[in-house]
Amino acid sequence: MAQLVGEPGDVLLRLDGVVKHFPVGRGIFPGRDADAVHAVDGVSLEVRRGETLGLVGETGSGKSTLARCATRLHTLTAGRVVFDGHDITTLSRRELRPYRRQLQMVFQDPYGSLNPHRRVGSIIGDPLAVHGVVDGPARRRRVQELMELVGLNPEHYNRYPAEFSGGQRQRVGVARALALRPRLIVCDEPVSALDVSIRAQILNLLAELQRELDLTYLFISHDLSVVGQVSDRVAVMYLGKLVEVAPVAELYRRPRHPYVAALLSAVPVADPDLADRRERVILAGDPPSPIHPPAGCRFHPRCPKARPRCVDEAPPLVPRGGDGASHPTACHFPVEPGEDLAHEHAAIDQPEQEAAVSLRRVAGSTS
Amino acid sequence: MTVTAPGQAAADAAAARPGAIQGRGPWRLAWERLRRDPVAIASAVTLVLIAVAAVAAPTVAHAIGHGPDDQYPTIGLTPAGLPVGPSRTFLLGTDNLGRDLLVRILYGARISLMVGVVATVLATVAGVVVGLAAGYLGGPADLVLSRFMDMVLSFPYLLLAIALVSVFGSSLTISMLVIAFFSWAAIGRVVRGQALSIREKEYVEASWSVGSGAMRVMFVDILPNLLAPVLVLATLLVPAAIVFEATLSFLGLGVPPPTPTWGGMLSDSLAFYQVAWWFPLFPGLALLATTLAFNLLGDSVRDALDPSAGRAGGGGGR
Repeated sequence: MAQLVGEPGDVLLRLDGVVKHFPVGRGIFPGRDADAVHAVDGVSLEVRRGETLGLVGETGSGKSTLARCATRLHTLTAGRVVFDGHDITTLSRRELRPYRRQLQMVFQDPYGSLNPHRRVGSIIGDPLAVHGVVDGPARRRRVQELMELVGLNPEHYNRYPAEFSGGQRQRVGVARALALRPRLIVCDEPVSALDVSIRAQILNLLAELQRELDLTYLFISHDLSVVGQVSDRVAVMYLGKLVEVAPVAELYRRPRHPYVAALLSAVPVADPDLADRRERVILAGDPPSPIHPPAGCRFHPRCPKARPRCVDEAPPLVPRGGDGASHPTACHFPVEPGEDLAHEHAAIDQPEQEAAVSLRRVAGSTS
Repeated sequence: MTVTAPGQAAADAAAARPGAIQGRGPWRLAWERLRRDPVAIASAVTLVLIAVAAVAAPTVAHAIGHGPDDQYPTIGLTPAGLPVGPSRTFLLGTDNLGRDLLVRILYGARISLMVGVVATVLATVAGVVVGLAAGYLGGPADLVLSRFMDMVLSFPYLLLAIALVSVFGSSLTISMLVIAFFSWAAIGRVVRGQALSIREKEYVEASWSVGSGAMRVMFVDILPNLLAPVLVLATLLVPAAIVFEATLSFLGLGVPPPTPTWGGMLSDSLAFYQVAWWFPLFPGLALLATTLAFNLLGDSVRDALDPSAGRAGGGGGR
């Protein structure tokens, strides 16, 4: 069984230097297939009891891989996963089973995550059947309670997934995750496949359930506004690494990492006056290949503040310039309050600066 | 997707009893599409008639008064010793030994259907087991099993069948085993491919995440999702097996005489087709009708299970 490691009482899930590489193209000759996608490259993160930790990153930043490492659907390349004081990094499927009861997952695709050949009643009842919690009529009652809890009609017990809308299907996924009364639910982009109106319903449902059932969420999304709405703290990922972690209000008010600052400036605001006054920072270029990530700071080829040090040395994730311990940033030259990124120019050699990577000022020019 | 209409909501409320609402699953929907397909209905009716005829063969033989192996040298052959044509006594004529062709065709249906069904069941079970193992396990197991399937598929099957029959002697059992042996790999390959892709689906991941074991994932999550292509392949395998058996019998490698088989009858008729047109025609028609019905039914089953694929010319979509 997993050993107990000393842990401050309020940390439910701790990721410690998690690394996940996927080999690219199975080599015929052993030892010659050196290439690997560095999906997650040394992420350390704590999820505290009762909180919602938002994990944001663009497509390919490794956030979903990190979620699957946290729930041990993936085997880690390196690092540790500690759940409630128990190291579950190397447990086998069988050994993991008791932890599955406390650690559940809601998936991104409401269409792909439900088996089309099974009735929703048996899908939701699956965790109960697998863990032998209740059987027969009692299981059916429990499943129907769960359906009611997530806002589904319990009479639809015998329906098939294809007979539900996307939002209803996602409720089925939530009910399945809740069946074992878990303590932590990892939500992997639970609303990104849904319409905006349905999105709000599901987010509200998750919030209500959190209050009622004392849940902890690791909430993954590529949408900063969604994450800002539901999270207590936010962690931002870029190319397999965390670049900044902070309480939600602090991150949105005072981002320290140039990448986060650029992302936040791109979040749409509902107030047109505010939108006009706002400086928008546009990042040029695409994220580099995770097969050959850039040396030093992974953001340096696109960073307006890049300096030679950024190419040579990867910045550690630590609190910068007067920030509290709750707000670490992985940047040698963090953004200062009031600083205008649009005026910055990188001071590194052109080859390092791949594609035209200046940040342009667009505020006003679009109106 | 399903939007509950107000009227339907009222109906739902009226039902009130939990579980009163029965969902229509993928199989049920396919069945309903199949029931509306005239080709499927016609094929199914044909096959039922053939099956009834096969089952009723002894009864018919008794009613007519001609056994399948009874020879009628006086009334069943012309003075020159040639088969006699269709008449009131022999409805479909006789063969070269003066036996009633109708009775023999009915008995031949028993062999054909039995070989077709038994060989297909054997091949399907073997194909599903091996294909599922290869696709689910992946890695070295997949490599070995896949190469084995490739090897079976690349055998010159007729040559090997001749070799096997000459070693073990020709019999009904050997025929079925030989046919199954050369048929399972095609199903195995399809199942492997399906299993490989289904294994990566999010609902399989979800099943792992609730703590399912390997057996549950394999048989509850993966297997039901690949039964549809297996069913289609199996339906199409039956006529292939029937033709295979007929081929073996035609070459004298199948069920040994005097047991009546369609292939054997066609083989016997070779020397007589110029003087007795009925001799090759009726066994040939029986073979054609059976295989055609199975093939058309297989196509209909495929269309019913996957309406989005659509047939060339026939507009797809529901």
